[in-house]
Amino acid sequence: MEKRAVFNNRLLPFALIAPQIVVTIVFFYWPASQAVWQSFLLQDAFGLSTSFIWLENYIELFRQPDYYNTIANTVLFSAAVSLISLSTALLLAVMADKPLRAAGVYRTLLIWPYAVAPAVAGVLWVFMLHPSLGIIARWMRAAGIEWNPLLNGNDAMIMVVLAAAWKQISYNFLFFLAGLQAIPKSIIEAAAIDGARAVRRFWTIVFPLLSPTTFFLLVVNIVYAFFDTFGIIDAMTGGGPAKATETLVFKVYADGRLGGDLGGSAAQSVILMVIVIGLTAIQFRYVERKVNY
Amino acid sequence: MVERKSIGNVIPHLILWIGIAIVAFPVYLAFVGSTHEPSVISNGQMPITPGPYMLENYYRTVFVGTSSTTREPVGTMIVNSFVMAMVIACGKIFISILSAYAIVYFRFPLRMTAFWVIFITLMLPVEVRIYPTYKVAADLSLLDTYAGLTIPLIASATATLLFRQFFMTVPDELIEASRIDGAGPYRFFKDTLLPLSRTNMAALFVILFIYGWNQYLWPLLITTRDDMQTIVIGIRKMIVTSDALTEWQLVMCTVMLAMLPPVAVVITMQKLFVRGLVETEK
Amino acid sequence: MAGVTLTDVRKVYAGGFEAVKGVNVTIPDGHFCVLVGPSGCGKSTLLRMIAGLETITSGNVRIGGDVVNEIEPSERDIAMVFQNYALYPHMNVYDNLAYGLRNRGTPKPEIETRVREAARILEIDALLARKPRQLSGGQRQRVAMGRAIVRKPKAFLFDEPLSNLDAKLRVSMRVEIRKLQRALATTSIYVTHDQLEAMTLADMLVVMNAGQVEQIGPPLAVYEKPATTFVAAFIGAPPMNLLKMTASEASAAIKGNGIGVPADGGIVGVRPEDLSLSKDGSRPEGGIAFSLTVNAVERVGPETFVYAAPPTGGDMIVRVPGQTAPASGEKVTAVAPREKLHVFSADGRKRLSA
Repeated sequence: MEKRAVFNNRLLPFALIAPQIVVTIVFFYWPASQAVWQSFLLQDAFGLSTSFIWLENYIELFRQPDYYNTIANTVLFSAAVSLISLSTALLLAVMADKPLRAAGVYRTLLIWPYAVAPAVAGVLWVFMLHPSLGIIARWMRAAGIEWNPLLNGNDAMIMVVLAAAWKQISYNFLFFLAGLQAIPKSIIEAAAIDGARAVRRFWTIVFPLLSPTTFFLLVVNIVYAFFDTFGIIDAMTGGGPAKATETLVFKVYADGRLGGDLGGSAAQSVILMVIVIGLTAIQFRYVERKVNY
Repeated sequence: MVERKSIGNVIPHLILWIGIAIVAFPVYLAFVGSTHEPSVISNGQMPITPGPYMLENYYRTVFVGTSSTTREPVGTMIVNSFVMAMVIACGKIFISILSAYAIVYFRFPLRMTAFWVIFITLMLPVEVRIYPTYKVAADLSLLDTYAGLTIPLIASATATLLFRQFFMTVPDELIEASRIDGAGPYRFFKDTLLPLSRTNMAALFVILFIYGWNQYLWPLLITTRDDMQTIVIGIRKMIVTSDALTEWQLVMCTVMLAMLPPVAVVITMQKLFVRGLVETEK
Repeated sequence: MAGVTLTDVRKVYAGGFEAVKGVNVTIPDGHFCVLVGPSGCGKSTLLRMIAGLETITSGNVRIGGDVVNEIEPSERDIAMVFQNYALYPHMNVYDNLAYGLRNRGTPKPEIETRVREAARILEIDALLARKPRQLSGGQRQRVAMGRAIVRKPKAFLFDEPLSNLDAKLRVSMRVEIRKLQRALATTSIYVTHDQLEAMTLADMLVVMNAGQVEQIGPPLAVYEKPATTFVAAFIGAPPMNLLKMTASEASAAIKGNGIGVPADGGIVGVRPEDLSLSKDGSRPEGGIAFSLTVNAVERVGPETFVYAAPPTGGDMIVRVPGQTAPASGEKVTAVAPREKLHVFSADGRKRLSA
């Protein structure tokens, strides 16, 4: 893993790597450690004195029913977004994997939503699902379905889930398609000759062989749902109504806006850091195993 | 393969077109919305077909701005987004390729430490450290500046890793031949490594440009002045809470304009885009 | 147990390329039929059409008397051994073998019996718990065959199964495949580009070239009486010497009765192993003699191949038993008796001699 041939300059490498290290330390490690440090502190109302209170902030967090509500929201949100987005993308990828003539066109037509900002995706879906002026909302009313995401927490959650899942379909589609195309055709043919028809082939052969890709995408989708969806929630519901769509990331932002509880806000940040480090670690350790053919 | 006739090729095409429709529908509706009168929209009477007001709406959006609050015309916002996206994309590539070069082709004390320092930042997206990072930026007087928008996001572990991985596959014979020819590190980099890295740089550029253009949380915090907003933030600010005042048709115009550059980049550089996605996830 | 019959089978791809141009073959039940020919001759395409992996443009494929053109591969009751084995990587050997039976709803105890029986025959019982990536090439090949025999299908199809093995393994596996097929008496269709494999395995040989059948017959018959110059040159190694000759050149080269070279010319063929070097220039009665200059000599142990050129140009190969051979540059005379000569029409498409 090492290059055999290198240059011998003494100072040049430091100069080369300095910009990145400097930015990294100033804007990554310093703030991160600040957050960790502050999470152990309690500031009084005027910011005049601080005291070291160890894990009190964390314990306090876990005493608030609000926090559990937020955790529940985040888990539900991630699960729903991942499930909807992954299954839709898988279906589309399986359909696109056949030797169709317009395969390249289909791919182009399905991957461009990746370029849409989450916040913009949120605005697009709000426009469709807004209770008074959204087209889909109107259709639902005409069909007799009650729909008001401004007042109904469940409706609001459905709305943000749809927007978040919609945006992620193209990314998942791309990777599923690549995964499907990596399965040797002869294995599929062998399965067909072995008496397995299309549906059975999919569940007994294709899906198991796709599992590294599926697992990888699952982790990526969960990270996406936890962190990248801030824009969606801010643009669509602002965490409401009544915190029905407040996720962990949003809560950090919202609580910090109000000011006041610096320690609690820092504690929330640290918890999020631990979660993301855990997810990334899982991704690196377990997802790198590839199936040999 | 011989398949049952009933399935044939119809179902895959059908499902794919339904998928494409689902994917395109929200954007289509946004386009429709950008061509109608505000009252038609607010009354919930907007039809599915486009209306006659396209040119006026877009003109107002780009040059005049919304009237509900003193918002900037979209032209300024597009410039801000563009600057942010370009600086972030180019900056990330520049910094990362130098770092990868240093790590791979030189030996210096703390080399591996530096590598891990960079690598670990993969695990810390800006969303988990927003307020402390904001405070640092504020202390450095970076609020409401292009520097503040871009520099905190510019150190990229992903790009560094990608370049490092790529450099490891470059045969040792190239650098040895280079040295025999009397080239030092600068010449080797400029004449050999850089040309070889072009495709990777282009692929990364696509991904990073989109990343920079679509940033939301960070610009939200660091810019307060209207004329420094990016277009994504601008859209958000246009949606005033009491929606009777929101001028939806202008919002939709802005949305269309906000999507145009990144989508155009993805579609025209599709191969590079796909390559960039796949390479950065290895 | 079933025979396979191909009637006028054609395959045309979108874009117009005709890969198989009307093939008629009847393979009796229990026979081992080998489709042999160079790359691109259509043999694999033909096999895949029998399997159902390619659609049939026109013509009929019958397995056991029933037309199967429109029937899915999973319903044709055939088994196939692929060149790259195509084992299921995520299943262990046992499950690989059991997969086909499970798909057909075979009860578990019977699956167990049949899998173990197949494993015993192929000597892979010790490997049942392993995954394919833990097996060697030869072991994977056995598992692929086990997967086929466990199903007791109407026919076995082999698509160049030994091409990925090293030379020694190829020879031993060849023998095993033959023994197995004899024991099971299942109709087998085997595709290869290796004429040696074809000769040693086949009950009936189908020689193909550019989408068409050149000759069908038992291997030795094809060897002794090739129907076209293509078959003559393809079957047998080193390949048969083929020389264009006009009628007058033929009468000059062969004393005695003419051998029937047509007036406007033909092609005369004689195998290297049917030629011998004459010490004194004499030749058998009615036989042929060539004056040659030696270009190169290859000693392979039990025999030697002499590459020599006639004065008119071209190249001929003579097989000499043992290790003594002329030196390069020497002039020699190669002779062959009349019965060993083959005469073809000038375009090589028709056999003229008996």
